[in-house]
Parts: sequence; C-alpha cells; structure tokens
Amino acid sequence: MTRLSLPLIRCENVRKRHGHRRILRDVTFSVAAGEVLALLGANGSGKTTLLRIIAGLDRPDRGEVWLGPVPLSGAGPEIRRYVGVVAHAPLLYDRLTGSENLGFYARLYNLEDAGARIEHLLRSLRLWARRDDAVRTYSRGMSQRLAIARALLHDPPVVVFDEPDTGLDRQSLEDVSDLFRQLRGRGRAVFVTTHDTARAFSWADRVCELRNGCLQQNAESKRNG
Amino acid sequence: MMAELPQEGEQSRARAGLAGYFRVVWTVAEKDVRTELRAKEILGTMAAFSVLAAVIFGLAFDLRVPRTELVVPGILWVIILFAGVLGLHRSFGSETDRGTLTGLLLAPVERSALYLGKTAANLLYFLVVEALLVPALLILFDVNLLKPLILLGLLLGTIGYVAVGTLFAALTARNRARETLLPVLLLPVLAPLFISGVGLTAAVLDGRAASEAWPWIGIIALYDVLVFAVAFLIVDLIWEQG
Repeated sequence: MTRLSLPLIRCENVRKRHGHRRILRDVTFSVAAGEVLALLGANGSGKTTLLRIIAGLDRPDRGEVWLGPVPLSGAGPEIRRYVGVVAHAPLLYDRLTGSENLGFYARLYNLEDAGARIEHLLRSLRLWARRDDAVRTYSRGMSQRLAIARALLHDPPVVVFDEPDTGLDRQSLEDVSDLFRQLRGRGRAVFVTTHDTARAFSWADRVCELRNGCLQQNAESKRNG
Repeated sequence: MMAELPQEGEQSRARAGLAGYFRVVWTVAEKDVRTELRAKEILGTMAAFSVLAAVIFGLAFDLRVPRTELVVPGILWVIILFAGVLGLHRSFGSETDRGTLTGLLLAPVERSALYLGKTAANLLYFLVVEALLVPALLILFDVNLLKPLILLGLLLGTIGYVAVGTLFAALTARNRARETLLPVLLLPVLAPLFISGVGLTAAVLDGRAASEAWPWIGIIALYDVLVFAVAFLIVDLIWEQG
C-alpha cells in the first residue's frame, strides 16, 4: 500500500471489555484523507470508547489502531499531535478566557505561530469579540465552537468528534456542517459519532453503526455539498 | 500548516529536549496558579483552615500545657497535614470535574511533565499557607519557628508531601469518593515524613545540638528522593486507562 493511498485512521480487529461486558468486538474500519466517517449507535453502544481508543486515551484489549503508518500501541506522546478531539465535554477552563484557553493549549502543543493561529480560529468561529471573556460566561454553542478551535489549534490530519450536535442551536449545527465540508476539502480524516441518523448521512461520506459491539457498515451516504 | 503525517519510527526521535519538558511544567503550573487566583478554591480553603486550626489548638492547649514548645511541633505538622489534604484533592479533582484532564492527556507531552507542573503549583499553595501559619503560631503560642533548620525541614517536608500528595491526588481523581479516599491512602504513606518533621522541629525548639537535627533532615530528603523516583516510574501508568 503506498503512502498516498494509506488511510489516516485504521482500526483492525479492535476489542474492548469493561469488566465482563464486551464493548467492542473485532471492530475494523479505516478513514481516508478527505473522508468523513460517521458512527451511529445507541447510548452505551461503545461509540465514545472507540473514539477514545482512536484518540489514544484508552487502549484496546486486542487489535490495533494506526494513524497513517504508525501503530498507536507503543507510540510516544508526539503521536497525539496528529489527532484533534472534540469531546462531549468542551475540555476548557471556565475561569480562563477564550484566548487564554487556546494560548494554554498552544503552549502545550509548542506551536510556533500560536498568536496568528488563535486569532484566525477565533475570527473564523465567530468568537473574536468574546476572546477576553471568561469561558464560564459563554453559551453552550460558544463553548462548543471554542472546543472546536482547541481541537483544530494544531491543525491535525485526523479530527474526531464525539456527538458534536448535542445541545446546539440551528446556526451552530450549520457551522458544524460547514466545518466538516472544510475539513474534507482540506484532506483531513474525520471520525464523528452521533445519535442522529439523518445528520450522520448529511455529514458523512460513509456511515457505520455500532450494534452489540460490532460495526455494521451501512450504505454510502449522499455527500452534503 | 497541517501537521504532516507521522512517519514510521518518528516518535522515538521526536522527543522534546529538557527545555521543552520544563516549558510544559511551567505552562501547567502557570495555568493552575492563574486559575486558582481567579477561583480561590484551594488557597482560600487551606489558609482559612490553617489559621482556624491554629486558633482552636491555641484554645485547647492554652491552660493545660506547661510549655507550649512541647506541643507546637505536633500542631505545626498536623495542621499542614490536614490543610494539605483539603487542597490536594482539588488539584486533579477540578480537572476531572470539568473534563479538562482529558485535554491535558491529549497533549503531545510527557505525562510526568503534567505531574511536575501540578506539583509545582501545589508547592506554591503550601508555601503560601505555611507563610501564614508560622507567624500565626508565633502569635498564638509565642513560639518562634523562624529558625534556619526548621525552615529547611519545613521546605523539604513540604516538597515530599506535595510530591506524594499530588501523585495520590492523580490516582484518586477519577474516583467518586476521592475526598475520603485521598486521606485514607495518603496519611499512612506520610507517616515517616510527619514523624521526621515533628522530631526535627522538637529538636530545634528544645535547643539541642544541630547534629541531632540533621539526621531528621536526611530522612526527609531521602523520602523526597524516593517519592519522586516512584512518581516518575508510575505516573504514566496512572493515566494508562483513561
């Protein structure tokens, strides 16, 4: 397989148990550059567990996850630079301002052009006017947009979203749809979990479903834009 | 400016240098202190508890003790012990409650640097509280603790306490009963430090020769070295399973 055709995310036979409960059973899939894969599933079906494994926050009991050519098992901390995560919680410090939050993460990621990058993200996500306000004064939609800015700060090739539509108003949902289009156009591999079947098909190039820990590959979705 | 795809074997050579490591330590510590200065969750609680406990001990022993020098070493270290537990559980607890611990764990940094950053911030809180407590004990008990050997022992003891306390706070952060679990796990481990601290303080206050105080300082220093060695060995394992 050449480097050009190599998927950016590759899960092979991933298994995970929580106690006696089998959460993931031989889950295998891949996401290519410029592709959006949506994962459907009921509450507790293992979507977030799979997402955490891809993000390197959890380890599979068996199987392997690859980011490009690199297996996550045994990889050093630098591998985490290649993944951006928009989690269910915004992962933001509510006592810090929007720009302070991004500045903190920019220093952790050792970004050279942090100031310009932060300004670009805050402007494009319509948060520039509120950059010096504490995050605890932000609405749910604003926090979610800042969480997206945090995840994209280091411009990772792989971006994973955990139910990014939860609690968002219509405008914010349109922003998320636009974001997926942009990420697809810029060659990122996007993995997104959601409950909403219609939304999954509107966002994604492919839609899968987790049932009883097994991945069901559904029909290809109609790309929205 | 998209980060390029990782290459096979890249992680092993992509180690940040020592300066990069301590940049992360400083970044985490600075963020913690900045957040704390706004939230006042840890420092305020620890300082208020310390001064109140000193006053209560003062009331308890005022009429019953012939020489306050006999009880002040124990009072000093007991207050530090319990005030510390109050502050330490918030160190990682607040990160867990707000979900921000996941953000830290996602960063491409050594997890020991996150631990050291947290430890540095906690050390600062402890030192601020002790800077209030020592004069408070002077006023309430008329015992001067501002002696070089006591201050050295206090500094080393605080470093050891904060190092082991931050480690245990990380261990218990995801547990719902962390407020009760942390002291139950931590206090037995702190026994050597507590005994040495009280022994050192008593030796100095009793006016014994410095040669009697130095072995206590040696034990505290050895404790510190062991704690940091263990912390660096296990800190990655603590967060292995998110």
